[in-house]
Amino acid sequence: MTAHASAVPVPPAARPGSVLGRLTRTELRLFVREKAGPAFAIALPLALLTVFGNIPYYHRHRIGGSTLLELYVPILASFVLATLSFNWVPAAMAGYREKGVLRRLRTTPVGPARVLAAQLLVSLATAAVAVAAVLLVARLSFGVPLPRQAAGYLAGLVLAALALMAIGLFVAAVSPNGRVANAVGATLFYVMMFSAGLFLPIAAMPPLLRHISRAAPLGAAAQALTDATQGHWPHALQLLTLAGYAVVFGAAAVRSFRWE
Amino acid sequence: MPAVIEVRNLHKRYGPHVAVDDVSFAVEQGEIFGILGPNGAGKTTTVECVEGLRTPDRGEIDVLGLDPRRDRAELTQRLGVQLQDGQLPDRLRVGEALRLYGSFYRRPADPAALADALGLAGAQRTPYAALSGGQKQRLSIALALIGSPEVAVLDELTTGLDPQARRDTWDLIQDVRARGVTILLVTHFMAEAERLCDRVAVIDGGRVVALDSPAALAERVQGGQRIRFRPSVPFEDALLTDLPDVTGLTRQGDVVVVTGTDNALGAVTSVLARHDIAADHLRVEQAGLEDAFVALTGGDEKTRRRRTP
Repeated sequence: MTAHASAVPVPPAARPGSVLGRLTRTELRLFVREKAGPAFAIALPLALLTVFGNIPYYHRHRIGGSTLLELYVPILASFVLATLSFNWVPAAMAGYREKGVLRRLRTTPVGPARVLAAQLLVSLATAAVAVAAVLLVARLSFGVPLPRQAAGYLAGLVLAALALMAIGLFVAAVSPNGRVANAVGATLFYVMMFSAGLFLPIAAMPPLLRHISRAAPLGAAAQALTDATQGHWPHALQLLTLAGYAVVFGAAAVRSFRWE
Repeated sequence: MPAVIEVRNLHKRYGPHVAVDDVSFAVEQGEIFGILGPNGAGKTTTVECVEGLRTPDRGEIDVLGLDPRRDRAELTQRLGVQLQDGQLPDRLRVGEALRLYGSFYRRPADPAALADALGLAGAQRTPYAALSGGQKQRLSIALALIGSPEVAVLDELTTGLDPQARRDTWDLIQDVRARGVTILLVTHFMAEAERLCDRVAVIDGGRVVALDSPAALAERVQGGQRIRFRPSVPFEDALLTDLPDVTGLTRQGDVVVVTGTDNALGAVTSVLARHDIAADHLRVEQAGLEDAFVALTGGDEKTRRRRTP
């Protein structure tokens, strides 16, 4: 028998920080290799921005003092969060469970929770890069001012990311497999993008639809980002709505998550 | 020698379905211990309880002096596991997987040496999705060994491997054991158990129906030899069935099949010679683990299904 097999106290396993770092780098590499993920999260919002920015109507037409293009920039930031939360996270996580990746990790000292944390970190980092890219291209290429209330914008963005990722996690938790997670996520994505005003800005919606949209997670996100863009601190109602979604769906996801 | 794995009166049910009824066995240090049984016998559930992936409803399990559920953090450092259905992300490359999983452990094995030993050296940069079935299986074995475990649990080790890869894998497992690693092997493949295992527990219907070395299990089966030949001239059955060492005689066309004890061959050939009967195409088969298995578990899956609707 090898010397360490007896009941000798053993030093703690590898530092958790370094393992999470390694897992995150690996997940980032896999995300980039996937190509569809980065394309949807970063390239598509930029492409939409470029199309809208080159249509004169979007510069001329104004709703409540802002040009249509200015109204669309916060919506595109919401688009980034939504596509990562609904089109990427649920399918990736449910896929890991379906393939037994999480199960295999359960047999190692690291366990499966950290690989999910790594996936979330990659998604959040991608969101930060994509939103920054949208804001910069809008500013530099099309003269759209940067958010005037920067702290409020950041607060809205963080809360929105938490709320949407929590919903994405919940979808991953309750979907039996990657295909279902994909379908549910894609459906949610389109419904949510409507509430965010992708097809019709919230400000241009009839009053009832406007109220419903602002109560929906992505609508609340878009409204908070729009307010901060125009120089106001986001309305407490929207921030509370987002925090509520984050807590409720986060807790539900944790409760219902199955490792296999 | 203390037992490295000890399972006592393990019982596990899923709802009304009893997966493991009452299983007890002990695996000793440095042993290759096989768990053999038909599909649905409770083999995988048993080892999943040993791995700490499932909580037994009753019974006790002790692995390296640890409780698989309570002492997970310590157990996972010292127990390597190869799962039957654990895949990897499609785009993760072989070398990346070995280095990443190695980083989880206190004393990782050298990833390059392990890849070499498992014939994966040339596939280091190949993404998981592009590997052949055999390569995936070998990577799965490599990941079970990457933490330099003291005990390795291997579930359906060589499923999906071609005969050469299977032999190479068997050699590798023997090397791993020679380095002092205790191995718990789940298999339904008799040749594998016969070749590798020091002792085998045969599980059927959630219970251990036999526990012994493969050779001892084979010896228990009646009809130690089966002799087939084509006689040059016809003869009466009684000529051979009267022999004390012969237990049975059947005819398949013009081929005669005689079953009997280990001394049957000598008795049969001398009687045939005395009557000037030549035995063409003579073949002698020794009863093996497979015969023992069929006798112990009551036949193959088809007959099982007929018996238990």
